[in-house]
Amino acid sequence: MPKRTDIKKILLIGSGPIVIGQACEFDYSGTQACKALREEGFEIVLVNSNPATIMTDPETAPHTYIEPLNVEFLEKIIIKERPDAILPTLGGQTGLNLAVELWEKGILKKYNVEMLGARYEVIKKAEDRKQFKQACQSIGLDLPRSSFAYTLDEAREVVKEIGFPCIIRSSFTLGGTGGSIVYSREDFDVKAQRGIDSSMISEILIEESIEGWKEFELEVMRDNKDNVVIVCAIENIDPMGVHTGDSITVAPAQTLTDREYQQMRDQSLALIREIGVETGGSNIQFAVHPKTGRMVVIEMNPRVSRSSALASKATGFPIAKFAAKLAVGYSLDEIQNDITRETPASFEPAIDYCVTKIPRFTFEKFPEAQDVLGIQMKSVGETMAIGRTFKESLQKGLRGLEIHHIGFDNKTDYRNIEEAKLLQRLREPNASRIFYIKYALQSGMTVDQVVEHTRMDIWFIAQMKQLLDFENEMIAEFAAAKTLSDKTLRQAKEWGFSDPQLAEIMDMSESAVRTLRKQKGIVATFKVVDTCAAEFEAYTPYFYSTYETEDEAILQNEKLTKAQAKGTTRRKIMILGGGPNRIGQGIEFDYCCCHAAFALKERGFETIMVNSNPETVSTDYDTSDRLYFEPLTFEDVMNIMDVEKPDGVIVQFGGQTPLNLARRLKQAGAPIIGTSVDSIDTAENREKFAALMDELKISQPNNATATTVEETAAAALRVGYPVLVRPSYVLGGRAMRIVYDEESLMSFIDEITDVSRGHPILIDKFIEDAMEVDVDAVCDGEQVYVAGIMEHIENAGIHSGDSACVLPPHTLSEEILAEIKEHTRRIALALKVIGLLNIQFAVKGEKVFILEVNPRASRTVPFVSKAIGVPLAKMAARIMAGEKLSGFKLPDIDRLGMVAVKECVLPFSRFSGVDIILGPEMKSTGEVMGMAPTFGAAYAKSQMAANQGLPKKGGVFISVNENDKRSVAFMAKRLHDLGFKLFATKGTAKVLRTSGVMVTLVDKTGEGHNNILTLIQKDEINLVINTPSGKKSQFDMRKIRAAAILRNIPCITTIQGAAAAIHGIEASLKEGFTVESLQSYYQRSSGPEQA
Amino acid sequence: MKEAVLYLEDGKCFYGRSLNIHGESAGEVVFNTALSGYQEVLTDPSYAGQIVVMTYPLIGNYGINDEDVESSRVHVKGFVVKEFCRTYSNFRANKGLIQYLDENKVIGIEGVDTRALTRHLRVAGAMKGLISTDDFDPRSLKVKLAKVPSMEGADWVKEVATKKPYVWKAEGQKKYRVTAIDCGIKLNILREMARLGIETSVVPPTTSAADILAADPDGIFLANGPGDPAAVTNVIATVRELIGKKPIFGICLGNQMIGLALGGRTYKLKFGHHGCNHPVKDLETGRISITSQNHGFCVDINSLNKAEVEAIHINLNDKTVEGLRHKKYPLFSVQYHPEAAPGPNDAKYLFGRFIEMMEKFTLKKG
Repeated sequence: MPKRTDIKKILLIGSGPIVIGQACEFDYSGTQACKALREEGFEIVLVNSNPATIMTDPETAPHTYIEPLNVEFLEKIIIKERPDAILPTLGGQTGLNLAVELWEKGILKKYNVEMLGARYEVIKKAEDRKQFKQACQSIGLDLPRSSFAYTLDEAREVVKEIGFPCIIRSSFTLGGTGGSIVYSREDFDVKAQRGIDSSMISEILIEESIEGWKEFELEVMRDNKDNVVIVCAIENIDPMGVHTGDSITVAPAQTLTDREYQQMRDQSLALIREIGVETGGSNIQFAVHPKTGRMVVIEMNPRVSRSSALASKATGFPIAKFAAKLAVGYSLDEIQNDITRETPASFEPAIDYCVTKIPRFTFEKFPEAQDVLGIQMKSVGETMAIGRTFKESLQKGLRGLEIHHIGFDNKTDYRNIEEAKLLQRLREPNASRIFYIKYALQSGMTVDQVVEHTRMDIWFIAQMKQLLDFENEMIAEFAAAKTLSDKTLRQAKEWGFSDPQLAEIMDMSESAVRTLRKQKGIVATFKVVDTCAAEFEAYTPYFYSTYETEDEAILQNEKLTKAQAKGTTRRKIMILGGGPNRIGQGIEFDYCCCHAAFALKERGFETIMVNSNPETVSTDYDTSDRLYFEPLTFEDVMNIMDVEKPDGVIVQFGGQTPLNLARRLKQAGAPIIGTSVDSIDTAENREKFAALMDELKISQPNNATATTVEETAAAALRVGYPVLVRPSYVLGGRAMRIVYDEESLMSFIDEITDVSRGHPILIDKFIEDAMEVDVDAVCDGEQVYVAGIMEHIENAGIHSGDSACVLPPHTLSEEILAEIKEHTRRIALALKVIGLLNIQFAVKGEKVFILEVNPRASRTVPFVSKAIGVPLAKMAARIMAGEKLSGFKLPDIDRLGMVAVKECVLPFSRFSGVDIILGPEMKSTGEVMGMAPTFGAAYAKSQMAANQGLPKKGGVFISVNENDKRSVAFMAKRLHDLGFKLFATKGTAKVLRTSGVMVTLVDKTGEGHNNILTLIQKDEINLVINTPSGKKSQFDMRKIRAAAILRNIPCITTIQGAAAAIHGIEASLKEGFTVESLQSYYQRSSGPEQA
Repeated sequence: MKEAVLYLEDGKCFYGRSLNIHGESAGEVVFNTALSGYQEVLTDPSYAGQIVVMTYPLIGNYGINDEDVESSRVHVKGFVVKEFCRTYSNFRANKGLIQYLDENKVIGIEGVDTRALTRHLRVAGAMKGLISTDDFDPRSLKVKLAKVPSMEGADWVKEVATKKPYVWKAEGQKKYRVTAIDCGIKLNILREMARLGIETSVVPPTTSAADILAADPDGIFLANGPGDPAAVTNVIATVRELIGKKPIFGICLGNQMIGLALGGRTYKLKFGHHGCNHPVKDLETGRISITSQNHGFCVDINSLNKAEVEAIHINLNDKTVEGLRHKKYPLFSVQYHPEAAPGPNDAKYLFGRFIEMMEKFTLKKG
């Protein structure tokens, strides 16, 4: 069936901010869908609240709305744009849930919008556990035993039959929120209640535990002619019981015979047909009993998912792109495989390598949270590695995680681990279990014992044992011969041993290992990911490294050179990506890397992308001219350098990952373009930086650098408490703290020895009650363009990534703005910045202090770019490649027709026991943007978008610290005038009453009806304003905040945040909200200029 | 473990290491792109005379079990992989692949850049090759390989087909009786037919048409098998006599036999189709099946009388003919493997069609 001609305009909903369980894979899928549908001539209306996405680039769709993702705003957009259809299956669970809600509220029907891909009934059938169970049973599929419950009493009845351990899953949530494993009666009530609460329809499923079974996932695609293909089978190394997002997974499936695999495939085909997904991709999860082979269906996602992004990258089969084409009428055989160009999409990829995906965790950011994995996802990112063997891909993956492991290595000496701890770390799934397996094997535990404790399949453990055995052989060989034979070295490389691992074994430097093996001709070769195991010629240059005999990258390059007439060879620019997402380094940096590739491709360069993150747009083979899916280590990058010999290398867009490699790459001869490595060093090195600031006569808070504990203490005293302490060369405020005395300083130094790794410790005077300002600028070495000045809502001291900010600034004076601009200009020129520059200032009264300078892409680049309508990263990339600022048409940022607010999104609900207080260490996973004509409305939109919408009426609980008591009275008065009922604890209430504000007094603790926790539970509180007092938050206050988070009540912890919130509430009550596309807004802003 | 070489007819060498079987073995070198199903591949009689290269690099992961065999022994002349698995894992497995190869005295080599080898075969075509663990001299390897007959013109059927007739019973009630001319039949064809109530009499390829018709079966099945179909002249002649007399269903070599018996010709594909992911379109229904394939030869549809024979299936990758139907007689055949094993079960419906054809024929006959 060809393309449908009865629909013209399609609404696509994105997945909103990056949160745990829903990350940039949906930017990848959404962007692919937009591209595919535009190619077919459809008009796309795109909605997403996340500015750091490629999908919200004004070039991706003709109508781009950066608006909160809720029904209220979507209806406004539908009224304005009147789309013919909505494609709900590409925006993650958020997009799907919203489409369901729009249907249920009758909005789709009212405006005659058709649901493509999956109809409402289909989504319900797949997502509603009861209907799903019936569907499975009707086609004879086996399932774990289970029953539903809607109240705690019902749940107690059900569990009597199912027994312990059992699993509680709540219906209609994302990433397993509200789900848990319950081992005993005592825990059951709390967990069951939490599950009921977090379900959109107060429904939980209590299920037979299949913990420890083997887990598999199949990615399935169906077209409107009922053709179905399996794109990929993924096997989890971590057995059932660990969320698949938190599991190390492998593709293809390794331990299924063909008969069992085909059985799984047949069941998947039957299931997608029974559920009725008309077109597009779905993900189906299975569990297999390791001893009996009993196969049960776990769940199905009737949409593109994180696993489908992984499957796309693992096979080269672009699921989202094809899903979009299928949704508008094409069938699989009508779509061509881009990679082979001659075969259709109606096939199943054959792969000739092994893929390992390893999640990246962030427990170090939340020390109070337990590093234990379960069925609720906790990882914040992932890396994928491709190798010819599992051993190679595992080791590549482990070093690609960028957590200071150089492979399946020996970071901890196994002899220092107590047996009890070892056993516990094997039995209880956790972030470092893979390394404990190594330690266990080293300590003499047998493969079978490790299998028994971890319940992982013996196949995987035996492979790991092979690595250890071979490592021991190498150690022995080296001890005997003082060198390793060529054969041994080659085998080591074939099995993924990194140069640093070999350096440890051979007791020499990494570079000596590199030189040695290159002398022996043991060099990496590159193979192509081609969907067909070389059966057809591949045209898409998507490479991975391995140690084999034939190098296809070199062959392709030779062919290219031959094809191009002499002198017309395009110059090559290599862009180093950011690796796995983590808190502090996420989608914003991938966005910048993609922009560099787009801009340079457009300017006639040949672009080469290097990255290891399967979720991203940068690792779409369509983004750059050549894609290398590789870990971002010195060794792996140099291997690519050797083959590609680029004319330029960009390190300033991928966050700290490539920057950390910059100096070594430069020393090894890499032609790094843009700001020099020395300038980057000047900005990062405290002493050099302080000297530069002195020279430029720009004030800095008192500061010092220290390398020892004693020096640090002395320096802190000299600078004067409170001080901000952190190790240098870290991103996202990792291990950064404000300390008020020597005792807390010492305990902090103790904590960070692991992170600082020999880098110096930085000590800054902490300026209390100062406003923080972020600046993003572009410099070509001669001219500086100050693109955005952002005023933070929260005071300095809270990490800029966790702080809301507004652009343009709404309270700063002209004089201060002028001073900030001038400082920015002078610093950029002094550092000879070529490319992007981000500066953080603190403003206290009329005085401007410089906090830090980052001569690289910053987290706010996408936000600023979208607010001012100038793609800064693209511009910077072109400047790095030799263009001048004078060649660009740049808007005057003082004349923006709109206020933009950036708000962050925090993962606290994922980490029980963690307090929600913000500080200098970044904790947010993502961000949203609110745009409106006034600050109040923009702020209110940003809060809605961050899923903490401000109330319009109801009760407000106020409890603030001593410092904030003065300012809170006025705010409370305004809230009261707006019709809110105020509640406060004793101290705050007294202040408010003195100022003549009516307030109800409540208790912090106790069991009475007047207790604040009771009020929260009774839904009488709609907003909490609670600023923590002193250095340590009080226990009761933590409980109050935790209760608010649990019930999704907005909880504001800074007085500045409270002030902004009141602006927002006023705006939503008095002004209401409008929606406007970016394109219309840019036209309006630039209108007068052009006239 | 010994160093080993795979010497190809065009002089190209690929190096690896042998397992426990050493020496020399020659055959036509073909690659198979299936991700799973090595046990079925090894025991598929259609691979007789061939050295099989698996493109998936990790082979032996789930061991060997008693059930997933397609015949009683291993037929490949050699098995070339990137890495053999030492510790297998599967609840049905009872031995490892290496032990299995040893028991069957089949030479297996690993450590080969199988992707480079596959790319070479794709460009240069399937060709003869010789695995040796003793001789690394290209000149003498060349001489040895020259003595090995080429796949074209080679009748391998007689090597693998049954010498004595036997009966494969129906599961449950016997509903139909089918005679299968064995050219190297895969057991899963018999299992599939048995599941549908068919009792199959498997007869040697030398059985005459008269003998087959004397048993008055409901239908005749033409099995898969190895080698060049054109070389199996006696079976072609038998098939020619059977056409129109009984409903006939053919798979793989059976399809080629039918093409040849109907007066057409077959030709050799550059590197054949060996894998589990080939999209085939049923031209009558428009439906696409993902199919299991294993053939080096193909029927030339243009060599057949269009008034009598039509193509009913095509391969969507290279548009080659994947199935034939006679417009007048009860006869159809497919080039691929609806019985799967290894591979997807998408095309199992074809066995149902065979039954429909037999029922219609019986009805007509009254």
